[in-house]
Amino acid sequence: MSDVPRDPWKHLCARTPARIALGRTGASLPTREVLSFALAHAKARDAVHARLDRSALAVQMRTLGLATVEAESEARDRATYLRRPDLGRQLDEPSRERIKAAVRNQTSDLVLMIGDGLSAIAVASHAPKLVEAVLLHVNALGLKLGPTVIAEGARVALGDEVGELLGARLVAVLIGERPGLTAADSLSVYLTYLPRRGRTDAERNCISNIRPGGLAPEVAAAKLAWLAKAALAMELTGVALKDRSHGGLEGTIGATVLDEQGR
Amino acid sequence: MAYSHTVCGTRYVFPSLRVLLAKASPPRAGDRLAGIAAASAEENVAAKLTLADVSLKTILAEPLILYENDDVTRLILDRHDTRAFGAIASMTVGELRDYLLSRATSSETLARLAPAITPEIAAAVAKLMRNQDLILAARKCRVITRFRNTLGLPGTTAVRLQPNHPTDDLAGIMAATADGLMYGCGDAVIGINPASDQPDRIAAMLRMLDELIQRYEVPTQACVLCHVTTALDLMARGVPTDLVFQSIGGTEATNRSFGITLDLLREANEAARSLRRGTVGENVMYFETGQGSALSAGAHHGVDQQTCEARAYAVARAFDPLLVNTVVGFIGPEYLYDGKEILRAALEDHFCGKLMGLPMGVDVCYTNHAEADQDDMDVVLTALAAAGVTFIMGVPGADDVMLGYQSTSFHDALYVREAFGLKRAPEFEGWLERMAITDATGQLLPPSPSHQLIADVHAAANESEPAP
Repeated sequence: MSDVPRDPWKHLCARTPARIALGRTGASLPTREVLSFALAHAKARDAVHARLDRSALAVQMRTLGLATVEAESEARDRATYLRRPDLGRQLDEPSRERIKAAVRNQTSDLVLMIGDGLSAIAVASHAPKLVEAVLLHVNALGLKLGPTVIAEGARVALGDEVGELLGARLVAVLIGERPGLTAADSLSVYLTYLPRRGRTDAERNCISNIRPGGLAPEVAAAKLAWLAKAALAMELTGVALKDRSHGGLEGTIGATVLDEQGR
Repeated sequence: MAYSHTVCGTRYVFPSLRVLLAKASPPRAGDRLAGIAAASAEENVAAKLTLADVSLKTILAEPLILYENDDVTRLILDRHDTRAFGAIASMTVGELRDYLLSRATSSETLARLAPAITPEIAAAVAKLMRNQDLILAARKCRVITRFRNTLGLPGTTAVRLQPNHPTDDLAGIMAATADGLMYGCGDAVIGINPASDQPDRIAAMLRMLDELIQRYEVPTQACVLCHVTTALDLMARGVPTDLVFQSIGGTEATNRSFGITLDLLREANEAARSLRRGTVGENVMYFETGQGSALSAGAHHGVDQQTCEARAYAVARAFDPLLVNTVVGFIGPEYLYDGKEILRAALEDHFCGKLMGLPMGVDVCYTNHAEADQDDMDVVLTALAAAGVTFIMGVPGADDVMLGYQSTSFHDALYVREAFGLKRAPEFEGWLERMAITDATGQLLPPSPSHQLIADVHAAANESEPAP
C-alpha cells in the first residue's frame, strides 16, 4: 500500500498513543497514514449518526425481567439533535403520556434511562451487559426499581424529566459518549438525585469510558451501586458526593467533569 | 434606537444595534440556538444593508451591554483611542469595508488605526465582508510580538507544538515534543494541555520543558495551559514559567464562568513580566478564545457569538499578549455546525483580531459530531495561510489523544510552508539549521536515526517510570 518508511524514532511510540513517527513523502503523510486516520474518523462518524434500535434493546431488557417504556425527545432527527441540545433535553408529548401511564402512582428508588446520546453503537454494544451487572447490585441493596426508559434523541438532562415523571429518587442515565478517534463505543452513566427539570451538571455524578479496553461493565456497576447507596443516604448527588469506592481508575468517576458539548 | 431598511417594498425594522448585528451575521448554529439569528435569508441581507449605513459613531454611542453592568464594555470604551478614531470618525460601516480594502490603506495606516477599532466596529464590518475580503484585509495587518523569538513577520507563520498526553506521562509528552521539533515545529510555543490540574504535576511539566529549552538553547517558549490562579501559585513557588495562559471571553459574566477577573489577568501579566525570562521581548500572555463560549456559559446578553468573540479580543489586547488563539471548531456543532460555518468563523476571528492589533493564531479544528472532516480543515488552513495567520497548532497526526478532537498536524504545517513559501520565526529557523533538522533553505533534512535529540529523549524515557 505504501513503502514510505516510518521515522527512525518509532521506538518512542511505546510511551504515547499519539500519532508520532508517521513518516512523510515530501510535505505529506504516507498513504497508509491518510487511510488509517480516515478509517478511525469514519468509525466515529458512523457512531454519531447510527440510530438506536429501541425495540431490540427493549427485548433484551425484558429478557432481564425489566418493564420498559420507549421514549423520544423533541429532537426529531440527528441533524436537529446535533444543532439543538435544548430539544434533546425535552420529552415529546406522546412519550410524556406513555411514561405517565407507566407510573400508576408508584414511586421508586432508582430508574434507569438508556439513551443514544452521541453513540448509539456504544449503547447497543455495552448497555445490556451493564444493566445485567447493575441488577445484581440493585437486588443485593434491596432497591425498588422503576420501569426502564429507552430514549432516542437523548441528552443527559432528558433523564431529569423522565425521573421526575416516574417519581424516582434517583435516575441513572446510560448514554453514548461523543466518539473519539481511538474509541467510538464509550458508554457513560450519569446519576442524579431527585431528578427534576432544570438540574445542573454540578448536581450529577458521572462514570465514563465504559468499553472494552476501558472500564469493565462489572466495575462500572459496582461504582454505580456504591454511588446510589451513598446518594440515598446523603440525599444528594454531584460535587458534594465524592467517590470512595475501591478498584477504580482515577478520573473515570466523580462529579461530572466532561465537557458540555459531549453531552 | 431602532434601525430600518426597505427591501423591494418590505420594511425591515431592527429595534437595537444588538439585534441588528445578530441578524446581519452570516448564518451559524449558535445564533440559531440562542434564538437571535435572522428568520430568513432576505432578513439577513436586509440587516446587512441596514448595517452598511450605520455610522461608526453610532456604534460607539450604543454599547451592546451596559457600561454599568459589564467590565468588558468599560474596558472597550475607557481605552478607546479617540485621536486615532478621527481618521474614520465620519464613516459608516459600509464605507469602512471599502476603506480597509482600498490599496491606499497601507499596513502602517492599519497599525495606527488598531486602537480606534472597537470589537463592535470590527464585528460589524466583518459581517459585510466576504471570505476573500476577510483574507485580503487581514493580510495587510502586521502584528509582531516577541519573547524568545520574533513572531508575525511578513512571509512567516509559526506553530504551537501541542504534545498532549492522556495521563500527562512526561516521557510520552517528550516523545511527541521531539517528534514535533524534528518536523520543524514549535516556534510559537511548546504548549501542553494538562489532563490533571494538580499544581505539582504541572510544575513537573514546566521544569521538563524548561530543561529542554535550556539544554538545546531552543529560541522558543514553553507553556502548560493551566488556570491563571495556578500559574500565579507556581510562579510564587519559583517554577520556571515563560508564558501565562488563560481562556477568556467577551463579557464579564463569561470571564466569571472561567473564574477570572481583569484584575487577576493584570496581576498574572505583571508577575510573569517581572521574571524577565524573555530574551528578545516581554510579551508574556497566551490567550485562547472561541465563538460560542459566552452562549455556552449563559453569559451572552443576547449578543451574537461573533461579536461576543471580538469583545474577547478587547480583553486580550489590554495585556499585550505574545499569542492569541481562537479554537474555532472545538466547541461543537451546536455553535458551528459544519465546515462552512467553521471556515467563516475562522476567517472572521482572524480578521477581527488582526484589525484590533492582536497576534492571531487559529486552532483549525473539529470534533467528531461536527459535519466536518480533514478536507474541510485543508480549506480552512489554506484560507488562513493566505490571510497571513500568525500561528497554527501542531498536533501529532492531527489527532489530539488527550482532548479528543482533531487539529492541524506537523505535516499540515509543512504543507502550508510548501504551498505558500512561508518561513518560521527567524531565530527558530536558524536553530533548526544548527541542529541539522533543516537545511539552509528551511527544508527538512532526511531524518537521522542517530540524531542527538532523539537519542536523548529515548535515554530519558528509559530512565523514567510511566505515570500512574
